[in-house]
Amino acid sequence: MSIFEYNGSALVAMVGKNCFAIASDRRLGVQLQTIATDFQRISKIHDRLFLGLSGLATDAQTLYQKLVFRHKLYLLREERDMKPETFASLVSALLYEKRFGPFFCQPVIAGLGDDDKPFICTMDSIGAKELAKDFVVAGTASESLYGACESMFKENMEPEELFETVSQALLSSVDRDCLSGWGGHVYVVTPTEVKERILKGRMD
Amino acid sequence: MESVFGLVGDGFAILVADSSAVHSILVHKSNEDKVMILDSHKLLAASGEGGDRAQFTEYIQKNVALYQFRNGIPLTTAAAANFTRGELATALRKNPYFVNILLAGYDKDIGPSLYYIDYIATLHKIEKGAFGYGSYFCLSMMDRHYHSGMTVEEAVDLVDKCIVEIRARLVVAPPNFVIKIVDKDGAREYAWRESVKDAGLAAA
Repeated sequence: MSIFEYNGSALVAMVGKNCFAIASDRRLGVQLQTIATDFQRISKIHDRLFLGLSGLATDAQTLYQKLVFRHKLYLLREERDMKPETFASLVSALLYEKRFGPFFCQPVIAGLGDDDKPFICTMDSIGAKELAKDFVVAGTASESLYGACESMFKENMEPEELFETVSQALLSSVDRDCLSGWGGHVYVVTPTEVKERILKGRMD
Repeated sequence: MESVFGLVGDGFAILVADSSAVHSILVHKSNEDKVMILDSHKLLAASGEGGDRAQFTEYIQKNVALYQFRNGIPLTTAAAANFTRGELATALRKNPYFVNILLAGYDKDIGPSLYYIDYIATLHKIEKGAFGYGSYFCLSMMDRHYHSGMTVEEAVDLVDKCIVEIRARLVVAPPNFVIKIVDKDGAREYAWRESVKDAGLAAA
């Protein structure tokens, strides 16, 4: 079994009209065994920037701690929050530093840039950035997620419709993957508010 | 393989570990205490490679004590868990410790808590958890019978159910178990469940 499939994960981020949604599953497993059904894969870096980390949970936790540290230093020096594009470059650099002994994680970054323009990107475990205008996916359920998102995505969705789309895409994809699931966690972020919602899906 | 499990009840947390020290087919002793009393209100149950277990848990215990000496106040359970995870994570890519840990503690303002830390430094706060071959039976028993806010009697009853299940269904079932409890009055040994008593020198 690949080290990326040790804990199981599913992540998706989608762009809407002046908003974005980022969603993850909630399972923490050790290969075939489920340890917890309330694992947090998405973390807030600041009010307009969210980071999801799929892959090996221990590396996701270490990487998250390193990134929060770097962002706090940036805050102290620059006296402002990091732009999503800058943060994505930071994550990419941090991952490539470990090119020959990498973190076994695939990050998904979603944020609101200047003029409230939504920004999403993903990268592989050694920091190869993949910018997208519509959606990005990561995790053990990524193949299913690609299919579901491609068929369900529409341009310029309002926050409520975006939430429905992302939720349906996530739940239907994780139902085809034994290593991810046990509910969903969706954040819908607009310039004015962040809405966090828990989804109840097939609990198996 | 060693069985370790634990759960959180109403104002207390309980940790159970088998007490066999095994090398291949040989049982060195069957009254090995694998649940360490970390400080006045914390318990650390460890399973894994023998030398690593003894050495790493002692290292954590001494560092927790050092913090208290230096700062005049004890670490919270969450802080101790994060410290333990940090040590495992730092060592992971150099000289990994093969120890799985359940850390239980009682904090005055938070109440009881239980943390799952596996050997690759994945940290998660849980209500019930288990490691080892016994986990296949314990987790299912606990899924069926556990509810939040159990009394000590109910919890010990569930622990006994799990032990009976391990003894009945695991081919190389460990004969003896130690049960330790932590609540507002501190961390202490609760009971032993012995089906085989170590002969000791007196018998010879």
